[in-house]
Amino acid sequence: MSRQLYFRASGDDRDYSGAPPAFGNVRPNPEEIVSTALWAFIAVATSLFSLFIASYLMRMQSTDWHAIVMPRQLWLSTALLLAASAAMHLASGAARRARRAVLRNMLLIAGLLMIAFLLVQSWAWQALLASRVTAAGNPAGSYFYLLTAMHGVHVAGGVIAWLLISRTVWRRELRGVPAPKPRRIGLCARYWDFLLLVWLALLATMSGVTNEVVRFICGAA
Amino acid sequence: MAYTDHTTATDADHAPHGFWTRYVWSQDHKVIAVQYASVAIAVGLVGMLLSDLMRLQLGFPGRFAFIDANHYYQFMTMHGMIMVIYLLTALFLGGFGNYLIPLMIGARDMVFPFLNMLSFWVYLLSVIVLMASFFVPGGPTGAGWTLYPPQAILAGTPGYDWGIIMMLVSLLIFIVAATMGGLNYVTTVLQARTEGMTLLRMPLTVWGIFVATILALLAFPALLVSGVMMLLDKTMGTSFFMPALVSMGQAAQYTGGSPLLFQHLFWFFGHPEVYIVALPAFGIVSDLISVHARKSIFGYRTMVWAILAIGVLSVVVWAHHMFISGMNPYFGFFFATTTLIIAVPTAIKVYNWLLTLWRGDIHLTVPMLFALAFISTFLIGGLTGLFLGNVSVDIPLSNTYFVVAHFHMVMGVAPILTVFGGIYHWYPKVTGRMLNDTLGKLHFWITFLGTYAIFFPMHYLGVLGMPRRYYDFAQYQFIPPSAHALNSFITVIALIVGAAQLVFVANLAWSAFRGKRAEGNPWRAASLEWQTPQTPPGHGNWGARTPVAYRWAYAYSVPGAEQDFIAQDAPPEAGGLEPHPYPGKEATT
Repeated sequence: MSRQLYFRASGDDRDYSGAPPAFGNVRPNPEEIVSTALWAFIAVATSLFSLFIASYLMRMQSTDWHAIVMPRQLWLSTALLLAASAAMHLASGAARRARRAVLRNMLLIAGLLMIAFLLVQSWAWQALLASRVTAAGNPAGSYFYLLTAMHGVHVAGGVIAWLLISRTVWRRELRGVPAPKPRRIGLCARYWDFLLLVWLALLATMSGVTNEVVRFICGAA
Repeated sequence: MAYTDHTTATDADHAPHGFWTRYVWSQDHKVIAVQYASVAIAVGLVGMLLSDLMRLQLGFPGRFAFIDANHYYQFMTMHGMIMVIYLLTALFLGGFGNYLIPLMIGARDMVFPFLNMLSFWVYLLSVIVLMASFFVPGGPTGAGWTLYPPQAILAGTPGYDWGIIMMLVSLLIFIVAATMGGLNYVTTVLQARTEGMTLLRMPLTVWGIFVATILALLAFPALLVSGVMMLLDKTMGTSFFMPALVSMGQAAQYTGGSPLLFQHLFWFFGHPEVYIVALPAFGIVSDLISVHARKSIFGYRTMVWAILAIGVLSVVVWAHHMFISGMNPYFGFFFATTTLIIAVPTAIKVYNWLLTLWRGDIHLTVPMLFALAFISTFLIGGLTGLFLGNVSVDIPLSNTYFVVAHFHMVMGVAPILTVFGGIYHWYPKVTGRMLNDTLGKLHFWITFLGTYAIFFPMHYLGVLGMPRRYYDFAQYQFIPPSAHALNSFITVIALIVGAAQLVFVANLAWSAFRGKRAEGNPWRAASLEWQTPQTPPGHGNWGARTPVAYRWAYAYSVPGAEQDFIAQDAPPEAGGLEPHPYPGKEATT
């Protein structure tokens, strides 16, 4: 990519300083558009979760903060999210190589793993509530429910994207049309990777960061 | 990567024909822009009415029995929130952004028309929820537009129960709408530019709106985070922001929450918000000045870099709103420094505007008058910003009318003058008719002189020590009678300026049907939106073929050219290429 290209209509390397170009009817490419919009959305969501984490670090320094033990279900849910992400990548690769059976199976497995992730998260909520960690009391508990819920909402969005893609795949299968839109499945995989990274960051914050760590980083120890 | 469409059918063939699909559930960016702008102006009139009610109390204390202290604070809160978010943000991004981005970059529409429509309807919902808060038990919140906890949700503050919940819910809905719109604008600018429309050939209006949209996308999450957590503090009894406290003689259930945390989050959104409003104004003013002074904009590239630099700096200055909050004094040093650095790119812009005007062929049309008024207003508001950016000066002035004067000049009056200038400028393209010029000039002079008469004296009141946010000044011996007389004067002027805005609205309505018919390019402007085959532009904007950009949008008064402007899509032989087009290539003019 030359520097010049950066300032031009994307992918267009014609010379506009002189001769007129051949055509005058440009329409943007839908898959490039969705890809750009997804990056933009990932930037927005990154801002959102970074701010949640920043507020968590600031709030945890007050005296009423009592660290809670993370429910054991989170090991399972993290594994499920990892597996879902991997399955989606396999589906995406299968779509690119037009291996229809693998695509079908991997897509189904990925979706089931993702839904299982949400179920295990709510199981973790039940476990925490059972050990009397309420939403309103200890702020560490409040943050746990808030952050997992926020992440869950974004995962639900990922499940909707998966449903839309699966519907297309299913319809084409019924009609016997070759595997569809590998790029779309790749975009879904990209978003699911993002969900995984966000979850790992949230989990690391909630389980690994203590007051001492914050003070060490901020230099106030 | 763009591909080329060889079909001969024009988009006009696909245009919706029914009234509902065409004007109500429309997915056409031009209709959505008018919808956004209409709702924003309507809600802005409510905001203006509230400010007049506040002024009645300040100018003639106690004369109007229905304005009690509670109502005063509710009016103040709603006035601030309406003007900043629901009027200016919505109008610049949803109104101007929607109308101008596709037309100025030569696109047929936004890249996600359905999402665009959804964005407007969700915005309308947020406005309805906001307006509904006037009718809930206890009325709207009176916590001040910054909604600082703990007082925002505690008994004693008007609207602490229903009002604040409605306000937070409305804000969260607005953020959803702004995000849907914002993703659309950013993606459209990046992906739907026509052939030859490089990023550095885009008009500065598009640059301003583009960078402001990026800021909105990254800053509104901070308001979402603070809004969600405050809503939970209010409804679920969490203690994110609420400290342990005694309220009305009773210990509240809250534990050690941090009100300071809210302030950080709020201003991490709140300061970029200033530039979400200012950057589109910068862009629009640049274009207005260039067109109406018949000169290419001076220093186009530095203008673009200044917009980008201001955008970046605007996210590292937020705590200058918190010098008196009790935060670590070292923070004050850092944030004062970054704040003062913003003066550099901003000054570059002001110099470039002045140098564009220098020896220009200045036409004092109504849009140009508003653009010039913007420069002086923004300059004055910016200069008082240099005062307040210094911690030691800010601390004594922070709670006085000096701050009211400062932020109204710089982010109230200055952007709204640009809004007016932009509307007078693009109205002929939107409606196909000119706005009445006499009414326009009347509107301009009353608004321009009037806002100076309102806000200039407030600087003196502030230096005198008159505190802001107070409902009644009767008991304060140090405030001399002359200050009260000045307050009455300000109120009378505010009522006159308020009435003048009705002239503007009447002009908008009357001219839409009875105004003089406009030709396609009444200002002889070079940018693409004036080169559409029809005025107002039809569905799909460009007929059979999208235009090709062969030069920048500022080819005015090019020596040897036939006319005093060369349209951006005129054939390359016409000349007028931008200076230093690309490294290694020389200008061919």
